[in-house]
Amino acid sequence: MNVNFDIQEKQAQPTKPPKPVIKTKDLDFAYGDSQALFNISMDIFKKEVTAFIGPSGCGKSTLLRCFNRMNDLINSANIKKGTIRISDIDIYNKDVDVIELRKHVGMVFQKSNPFPKSIYENIAYGMRIQGVKKRSELDETVESSLRGAALWDEVKDRLNKSALGLSGGQQQRLCIARTLAVKPKIILMDEPCSALDPVATAKVEELIHKLKKNYTIVVVTHNMQQAARVSDRTAFFYLGRLVEYETTEQIFMNPKNSKTEAYVSGRFG
Amino acid sequence: MKRYFHKELTELENKLILLGEKSHQVVQLAVEGLIENNLDKVNEAYKMDDYVDVLEMEISHACIRYMSLRGPVSSDLRLLVVALKASKDFERIADEAHSIAQKSYRLLTTEGSLKNTLNLSEMGKLVCELVNDSISCFVKEDIDKAFLILKRDHEIDAINQKHFDILSNEAFRDEMSDAARFDLMLISKSIERIGDHAKNIAGGVIFLLNGDQ
Repeated sequence: MNVNFDIQEKQAQPTKPPKPVIKTKDLDFAYGDSQALFNISMDIFKKEVTAFIGPSGCGKSTLLRCFNRMNDLINSANIKKGTIRISDIDIYNKDVDVIELRKHVGMVFQKSNPFPKSIYENIAYGMRIQGVKKRSELDETVESSLRGAALWDEVKDRLNKSALGLSGGQQQRLCIARTLAVKPKIILMDEPCSALDPVATAKVEELIHKLKKNYTIVVVTHNMQQAARVSDRTAFFYLGRLVEYETTEQIFMNPKNSKTEAYVSGRFG
Repeated sequence: MKRYFHKELTELENKLILLGEKSHQVVQLAVEGLIENNLDKVNEAYKMDDYVDVLEMEISHACIRYMSLRGPVSSDLRLLVVALKASKDFERIADEAHSIAQKSYRLLTTEGSLKNTLNLSEMGKLVCELVNDSISCFVKEDIDKAFLILKRDHEIDAINQKHFDILSNEAFRDEMSDAARFDLMLISKSIERIGDHAKNIAGGVIFLLNGDQ
């Protein structure tokens, strides 16, 4: 009988306190006159996966897009109050270079959006516009990014073929590889699996689990099972307010707030 | 496709097997201590119960956590349901063994040694086998062995009934004190209950393997 008896000897190890990398404080955010976020204060921790859940229109994607100032692209969007600090820098300070910020905080969207170029060029593109010309350097980054996104083995023999010929799941992993190529510290994912079948979803979830060893990940999802499976912490939003933010175990096994309980158990609405 | 959280199920299985082994060990020590008039074994059985309780709680927590976070279905879900129930059975087995040890200590220190009138030796040996088989049918996914446990439990029930008849017989009153007879009756009943728990575990293994309730 092969039994792992190690667990007998297991002692409780003191765990290091998690280190916050994104600090949101008293944040109010509005699209014109319509306020979308109310007084949000939360810390996102280093090398953890944090899931944002909540019904449509609750503000989870809005908050996610605040973290790399994607909302700047909408004219009426504005922060009315509060701050967001990433690695102790106020990212809405006028001196912040937004392009640099977005290199530091990468993003993967709901619908995969590969460029109509080869698989290779999709990854190399970001580096080329940064001025990298050396072929060996480009090759190395393309390979490491594709490996990092668990896609290398599937595409290594057709790097010069169009990225549009990949399956939906592969395209999404290509977009993740493209994000990795510019060496971000934080990756934001806005419903990254909502357009994928269960097998492709499982692969992306496996990838998220693998990536958290090196990156801080924030994922918005409508799929509560997915939040439960992939995240370390979960935040539940409702009508622009942060209702509860706890470890995923706490949120799904014993939430403190009755609204969270109703939402995660499907009794909402 | 193997998911990263599937290793949690393997850990759970290992922990359940460990719990089974520990419960079996407590039963063996308690029964052997009684039969061999060995107070050291009785004392050791008495001390082991707490660890079993801790393991049982850890397994319950792991099962509920997996159910809450991983969305298990089919054989994974059956494994969790069986692990929840079997861990409770193993914990009860250890409790019964603990109770046997407690009464054995009293008997051995007051009566000195046991008379051979009862068939405790065979009963004890049989129940140890059943507990051991209940673990191995889970480990080896041996459904035939599991069905055999269901049948063999009746042998223990029959011995227990015989013990009850002997101990409640007026003629046996001169052999030992009322308190000792009462303790022996409870010991026999505990062994019979351990057999019932082994049978429950075997039933769980059958459900796990073929999905039949």
